[in-house]
Amino acid sequence: MKIYRISAIVERDLRKFFRSPALMMTSMVFPLMQLIVLGYAFGGQIKNVSIALVDNDHGAEARLVREDMNAIVAGPKTFRITDYSHLSDAMTDLRAGFVKAIVYLPPDLSSRVLRSDRPRIAFIEDNTDNFAVSGVLERIQQIQTSLNGPQLPPLQGGQLIPQGLLNGPNLPAYIDIQPIEVYPYIEYIKYLLAGSVSISIFVVAMIGGGIVFIDDKARGLHEGYLATPLAKSDLILGLISAGAIKGLMAGLTITMIGGLLAGISRLWDPVRLVYLIIVLGSTALCMISFMFLMMVRVNDPLVPRAIFGVLNTLLFFPSGAIYPTEGFPLWLRAISVVDPFTYAVHALKNLLLKNTGFNGIYSDVGILLAFSVVFISACILLFKRQL
Amino acid sequence: MTTSDKPNTDAIIVEGITKRFGDFVAVDNISFSVHESEVFGLLGPNGAGKTTLIRMLTTLTSPTSGTARVGGHDVIQDATAVRNTIGVIPQALTSDPELTARENMMFHAKIYGVPSRDRDALIKRLLAAVDLEKFADSLVGKFSGGMRRRLEIARGLVHSPRILFLDEPTTGLDPVSRTNVWEMIRRLHDENHLTILLTTHYMDEADRLCDRIAIVDHGKLVALDSPTRLKDSVPGTDVVEAEFATAPPNWLDDVRALPTVIEAKEQNGVLHITSHDGPALVGALMNFARDRKVTVRRVTVQGTTLDDVFLHYTGNQLRDEVGAGARLDISHLYK
Repeated sequence: MKIYRISAIVERDLRKFFRSPALMMTSMVFPLMQLIVLGYAFGGQIKNVSIALVDNDHGAEARLVREDMNAIVAGPKTFRITDYSHLSDAMTDLRAGFVKAIVYLPPDLSSRVLRSDRPRIAFIEDNTDNFAVSGVLERIQQIQTSLNGPQLPPLQGGQLIPQGLLNGPNLPAYIDIQPIEVYPYIEYIKYLLAGSVSISIFVVAMIGGGIVFIDDKARGLHEGYLATPLAKSDLILGLISAGAIKGLMAGLTITMIGGLLAGISRLWDPVRLVYLIIVLGSTALCMISFMFLMMVRVNDPLVPRAIFGVLNTLLFFPSGAIYPTEGFPLWLRAISVVDPFTYAVHALKNLLLKNTGFNGIYSDVGILLAFSVVFISACILLFKRQL
Repeated sequence: MTTSDKPNTDAIIVEGITKRFGDFVAVDNISFSVHESEVFGLLGPNGAGKTTLIRMLTTLTSPTSGTARVGGHDVIQDATAVRNTIGVIPQALTSDPELTARENMMFHAKIYGVPSRDRDALIKRLLAAVDLEKFADSLVGKFSGGMRRRLEIARGLVHSPRILFLDEPTTGLDPVSRTNVWEMIRRLHDENHLTILLTTHYMDEADRLCDRIAIVDHGKLVALDSPTRLKDSVPGTDVVEAEFATAPPNWLDDVRALPTVIEAKEQNGVLHITSHDGPALVGALMNFARDRKVTVRRVTVQGTTLDDVFLHYTGNQLRDEVGAGARLDISHLYK
């Protein structure tokens, strides 16, 4: 062992490190990004959860409930309310994933309060997303506490609450909240499955659309293609289609294996399988075209390897795969809106956890395909046909 | 085959073509033409601009100024037609190592729209032509450099191009593989009447393969002619080496007195004679030896080589290439 040899190796490696922006980014930018994204992605206060309010009572108690709920919409903003006339419509949208919970005020709510006849409000929840729904339920329970409290007259300084006010006829009937879970109990492994399937497609896109594409370019394989009559669109659409097929195969395999491991029921339902293939195919198409867009002007084989972790953090965690997007700060929500992962995870959760059918996936599939068209068009525009 | 045997039509016409990379002029106002069925060589040191020139002619990069027509099509205005007309074997090995030889060929046949009924037979014939038929179903990643280069040449012919471009076709190959590739290029040319434009910095390669040679240096065309005429154009001397069985006294002085002799000296029983005209001196030397009844064991003439031509036109300064031509080495990723 010789110090001068060791120091020569150290010097060589440091020189290479400081001359490679990709390596420096991986080692310095990535941990910072992970700190920021993960730091804000988990455990944030739940906000702006879409819930349905079905008021079939329209009485005094219903107005009180609505006022309290409006106060929360205006104040802590835990949820946003959409009014529905019919419970069945609200249930349809709950099952399709457009609302996360329904507050149902039955027709006889106010009269039961007056009669002290066990008045009840139903809280129908999409229990596939426990994080978001429990935040809403907590607020609804605060409203319940407020409704069930004594009707106190305004008190002057030093004045005591009159005797007998806290019991007897002044105390309104106790309104009960009846939580109703729409789906059987969802284990966390099932909740995570959609994210894992999306990750598997992302990895295929990253390897096929990123690493192999740039390696082939660096090895000179593209020079062989470019001397042929291939048009830009031939090359891009060919590479993207191949990547999408590989992504679909990976996604479907992980869905089946993961689904069996997590205990997803009726996994072989042919209709659901068709919808799964639609979602997985559009997800794969979107992710591979996104990756090609990222790499379309890159030549350094280190770049895709370096940004792998960055993209993974930046796209996966804001998608709602691990924690609901309703708990994110505004800037992280903005990322989630333009993040293809978000729509893939949402559609896959709808299919795997709720078996929603086409109603629960069409908007996500539409957005994924729209993203794909934009990404592919940009790829064709930016791809350099010459060396 | 000589240039004079060929019809006077041009497969490639280059007019004042220039390529700049920022302030660096890689190709500087070059003009030349390549006749139909001719093997034309671009000879020059590393960094002379040969690859940039061939890339412009194969539509892989655009000229900064000037024009070129390949197979009658303009390389800028009608790039797709040019690509359909030519076969290109770039300097880098561009066949896919993860596919077999047949799969690589099939891929290119499909890209060029070779009818499916013809593909199998065509690929078989081409692989046989480059002696790779028995390796048709082997992964290209397992091929030697020479085999890969031969495959690339076969692949470049899959759409029956009229014009074939070869960029440094034997760089990195061992002498046996080089000779095989040369023979194959010559055979393919003779059988298919191809027009071939190749770049090389090997003098022997250019001398052996090319009907005409353009010497390129610092992006400029410095000489263009047949190998013989280029050699003749260089003022220089021939070296005659002769060995005699029995040399009489004063033999060296007598030889020095022969016409065209510049200098003669003896080393280990071998005469080294420099002359203005080697072949003429050999005739005179043989007559002189017969008259003096001296037995000649061996006579050789070393004429002007393309090395001499090359050095004459390009000088002997080392050329280094940085930046534009450098390719990232990622071979470590595949070990």
